[in-house]
Amino acid sequence: MPREIFYADAIREALQQEMRRDDSVYVFGEDVAAYGGVFGVTKDLLAEFGPLRVRNTPLSEGAILGEAIGSAVYGLRPVPEIQFSDFLTTGMSPVIDLMSNYFYRIHTPLPITIRAPAGGALRIGNFHSKCLEAWFTHVPGLKVVVPATAYDAKGLLIASIRDNNPVLFFEQKKLYREIKDQVPEELYTVPLSEAIVRREGKDITLITYGSPLYLALEAEKILKGKGIELEIIDLRTLMPWDQKTVLQSFQKTNRAIILHEAPKIGGFGGEIASYLVEHGFDSLAAPVVRIGAKQMPIPTNPVLEDFYLPSLKDILDTAEKLMEY
Amino acid sequence: MLTQSQHLELYYYLRLTRALEDWIFYICHNQSPKQPLIIGKGYLSTGQEAVSIGAAYALEKNDWIAQSHRDFGALLIRGMTVDELLSQYFSKLDSPTWGRDSNVHFGDTQRHILGFISHMGALMPVANGIAWGAKYQKDDAVTLAFFGDGASSQGVVHEAMNYAAVFKLAVVFVCNNNRWAISTPIKEQFAIENLADRAKGYGMPGTVCDGNNVVEVYETVKEAVDRARRGNGPSFVECKTMRMAGHGTHDMAKYVPDEEYDDWKKRDPIGNFEKFLKKKGWGDEKYFKQIVEKVRNEVKEATERVKNKPGPTIEGQLEDLYAP
Repeated sequence: MPREIFYADAIREALQQEMRRDDSVYVFGEDVAAYGGVFGVTKDLLAEFGPLRVRNTPLSEGAILGEAIGSAVYGLRPVPEIQFSDFLTTGMSPVIDLMSNYFYRIHTPLPITIRAPAGGALRIGNFHSKCLEAWFTHVPGLKVVVPATAYDAKGLLIASIRDNNPVLFFEQKKLYREIKDQVPEELYTVPLSEAIVRREGKDITLITYGSPLYLALEAEKILKGKGIELEIIDLRTLMPWDQKTVLQSFQKTNRAIILHEAPKIGGFGGEIASYLVEHGFDSLAAPVVRIGAKQMPIPTNPVLEDFYLPSLKDILDTAEKLMEY
Repeated sequence: MLTQSQHLELYYYLRLTRALEDWIFYICHNQSPKQPLIIGKGYLSTGQEAVSIGAAYALEKNDWIAQSHRDFGALLIRGMTVDELLSQYFSKLDSPTWGRDSNVHFGDTQRHILGFISHMGALMPVANGIAWGAKYQKDDAVTLAFFGDGASSQGVVHEAMNYAAVFKLAVVFVCNNNRWAISTPIKEQFAIENLADRAKGYGMPGTVCDGNNVVEVYETVKEAVDRARRGNGPSFVECKTMRMAGHGTHDMAKYVPDEEYDDWKKRDPIGNFEKFLKKKGWGDEKYFKQIVEKVRNEVKEATERVKNKPGPTIEGQLEDLYAP
């Protein structure tokens, strides 16, 4: 039976149920054991599964992600947690240099799911707020997942753990205890690489992923009052991404906005925009516009961070402007 | 204690590795640049073969190795064939990477060999992962993690050693200190006499051994392997040796002083071992010649079998990015 639970609890439930189902799944990382992780996502797992399957590690991201490769080669399904996705930088080499290409070069699958809380708006600054997903989409062989709802967080995490490839699973820490939705009690998967249309509309396709989805939904309501219909697509998986769903919608609306929390310049929005221009040129009624964060380090003060982040106003202004074409 | 036939087996592997790598060196320097047989350069263990061979000889069938780039000796002991190693160098379709990667960059999961990459220390934490997998599944497999003096300065190597000690992992970190990281001598790399001294700081035993004495390497590593198998955690074994070739076949290593070469020539692991075998009465010049001849033929015959094999084609390359 579905019931309403928080995004964080959906992730915890996914881990718990998948660990019950499959002995080879184990979690490890900084403070994930008795403490339950700094966001409480692995709470009580130690008590149920014991120290072999729920383990604290030293502050050694390179060693954590290196371990994941070895234990995956050995036949396990490691689910390391990187406490803040910002800290992936100190463990980059195992991901980029080994995980991404191990299957192509050695033909041994690496079923690794790296859980990494990402994103800002929590006033915790430049070292706890980044959205680094675009980096990983640029390395062939990795999968990149960014869930926006509790339902998706559970289903996508289970799908990621069962996938035989390394997956970067960017949890949206802002949503952990902010978003609740209907989540089935039983195990289920949400297939990777399938986008979902969150709102249907005829005027503008808004493509987004992760926590900005809620900004988009707010904008959709307001714009509807002004006679502008948004079709909102939540990508859910960034690599490999669902080009078909996005292109189909664009061919219907002829206008597109891409919204993400990561800095606009060099973000994944550039990939989507150029794909639409390349493959949907005949449908183009207006410029394809990207909305993202500003080109600056992430400030901590609320006034400054709000200035940095993409805003509701950015979406409203952009949508109205696009309708003038 | 090793038996006479085990000593002779070690001798065979020393000779086979030397012959194979001398041949790779020869090809690299004599092949047509327009139609090369070897794609890329050769990375050889000449002069330090005893480290890889002595260490790998201490393993059981179910054990694992995280190879470094001068570990052909260990690979041969783990069951890789001369054909496969040459096929990798010649970049053939039936090579361990199907022509997708070159020379020493490959692994073989079936034979419990992790895939080396150029970042040198990168496999140290991966070796930990194997050891964690073994602990998790209650297997008693031990992993040898090979690295060099160069890699010893990488952060991830320190992370891995600390981590292995904390979780009492069955890993033996085998350092071949061959005195040079490409052109950088050890005195410009670290300010201590023995890298193995670092072991104390991680909480594991550290031992220095003569890396040019294959039996000493074997015995030292065997003790560490046995310790790990008993569940007593990792060890650090530093094998002092000398790289008697350039970093790769493109590097003539003019930066190494002649005296250093002359000094280490006298300590050649094969020459030394022949003296030892003679003293024991287990081998004589005639026998050594016979082995030299045998391995030369093995390498020659393998080359004939492999050299005309097909290379890779572009078909299916894009479909092989992700595991099904």
